[in-house]
Amino acid sequence: MSFDDVNKGRRRFLVATTSVVGGVGVGLAAIPFIKSWMPSAKAQAVGAPVEVNIGKLKEGQLLKVQWRGQTIGVLHRTPEMVSDLSKNDAVLADPQSAEADQPKYVQGEQRALKPEFLVINMHCTHLGCVPQMIPQVGPQPFDADWNGGFYCPCHKSKFDLSGRVYKGVPAPTNLRVPPYSFLDERTLIIGVSPQGAV
Amino acid sequence: MAKFTSSVSKGAGALLNWFDDRLPVTKFWNATMTGYMAPKNFNFWYYMGSLALLVLVIQIFSGILLAMHYKPSAEEAFASVEYIMRDVDWGWLIRYMHTTGASFFFILIYLHMFRSLLYGSHKAPRELLWVFGMFIYVALMAEAFLGYILPWGQMSYWGAQVIINLFGAIPKIGEPLTQWIRGDFFISDATLNRFFALHVIAVPLAILGLVLLHLVALRENGSNNPDGIEIKKNKDADGNPLDGIPFHPYYTVKDIFGVGMFLILFSFVLFLWPEGGGLFLEHDNFIPADPLVTPAHIKPVWYFTPFYAILKAVPDKLMGVLLMGASVAILFFLPWLDRSPVKSIRYKGLWYKVLLALFTIAFVRLGLLGMAEGTPAQTWEMRVWTLVYFMFFVLLFFMSPGAKTKPVPDRVTH
Repeated sequence: MSFDDVNKGRRRFLVATTSVVGGVGVGLAAIPFIKSWMPSAKAQAVGAPVEVNIGKLKEGQLLKVQWRGQTIGVLHRTPEMVSDLSKNDAVLADPQSAEADQPKYVQGEQRALKPEFLVINMHCTHLGCVPQMIPQVGPQPFDADWNGGFYCPCHKSKFDLSGRVYKGVPAPTNLRVPPYSFLDERTLIIGVSPQGAV
Repeated sequence: MAKFTSSVSKGAGALLNWFDDRLPVTKFWNATMTGYMAPKNFNFWYYMGSLALLVLVIQIFSGILLAMHYKPSAEEAFASVEYIMRDVDWGWLIRYMHTTGASFFFILIYLHMFRSLLYGSHKAPRELLWVFGMFIYVALMAEAFLGYILPWGQMSYWGAQVIINLFGAIPKIGEPLTQWIRGDFFISDATLNRFFALHVIAVPLAILGLVLLHLVALRENGSNNPDGIEIKKNKDADGNPLDGIPFHPYYTVKDIFGVGMFLILFSFVLFLWPEGGGLFLEHDNFIPADPLVTPAHIKPVWYFTPFYAILKAVPDKLMGVLLMGASVAILFFLPWLDRSPVKSIRYKGLWYKVLLALFTIAFVRLGLLGMAEGTPAQTWEMRVWTLVYFMFFVLLFFMSPGAKTKPVPDRVTH
């Protein structure tokens, strides 16, 4: 067989087009397999709001509940805890929560609908550990000038009692606040915003 | 040179001939074992590769047996591991073999890689050999991480939480990517189930393929040696390297001796010290996974702690993740960062001994600091050693071409 009359241009063209079409085909065929890794319909359906009875939550107590697989903390803050919040501004990265992931109806340093009840997504915004609440004011092994707050055991991120992040720690933003509202004086619902709020 | 296959008896020889006509049995044996000439000056450091292969076999063997009793579901996983430990005949032995094997695998691989830094085994023409080795190392890290989730203890759960969220640091695609990995909005049954599949099928297959490539690349150019001399440059009249000896029986016998010594050490840990003081099996992992409570002191298993320390040293999420990734990725480029005209530390000069000593101290210190509680002073120390770690590669790149070297002999030394 002779190879003298091979049309190299046409051969290159055929190889290139076959490769491109084949490549696109393989790429499209991969979609179902890649998509099969996404959260299933069942996983997506589990997201109903959670009602929490806070009538028996004493001052200074923290209640943890699960909502959409996340740990949500409800902290009954004492009046001193609330009034002390403004003292932290100098050491905080974002005291007014301008960058924070939170509903519009929680504003300012208190980050709550009612100042005494902090409702907060407990997962550290760094890598998702659950920080410990250390409410005592005074020197701690990780901070000589501790004013009470949350401390993450994984990578030493620090937050105050409004979940606002300290400067110079790995966590990039304040702890997240989930949508929530009060059904009545004693009942909180996590996952539902107050009526009319965005 | 002598061919050791000639001593087989007549009947067996006929059978072998039958096979040889259909499958290159003798050809393969000669090419890779009896006819494969290895440098005659191998030392202690040359045990690690064959021992790592042995541990790979131990892991596959014990892993298959474990998979027969383990249940990959969030409800049952923790209990099924306890069931293996208490109720399955010899189940404790099989599980401790697997956990001890995991730690020994990394001990051997780290020593194996250090050998390369000593004798320049990564340098031309063995760059690809090193790169395949690095891919094995990364696959092994993935395998270890995936396997660590399976007991579904507190450290399994929160370790997975931290490592998967590392991907969340990537801008824009980070959050959907973590959901894609988890198969849920948090670490759940779906995550455990797929990690089991990856741990027992996908990654082991990849590791076996990579090991094959690693060995084929090794046989192509032959082993380096402590003097960093190419033995193929000096050949006798038959074309055999003057400084070479047949891999079989010389080094198979040497490796069998190594296997014996290794198994004594391995058995000591396996039978008397399987938890390794909380290093090989962490105390918090004997508590079932609890999504509401993060353990007070969370840390990865010891073989990840040097990189974990680099992550902790950086007070910025994305930068920390990038720097940690870079600390592994930079190792891939070692063959091209080391521009020295000689391979072995014996002839590179004092500067390299100092650099390598500092790098080794940095790696060990980072490993220890990665396990520590993390006081502000320790954070600063981690930053210093992180800098030393990366400066090794920078200085190596700039110092290696110009540095004064000692004369390299033509033949290997004793």
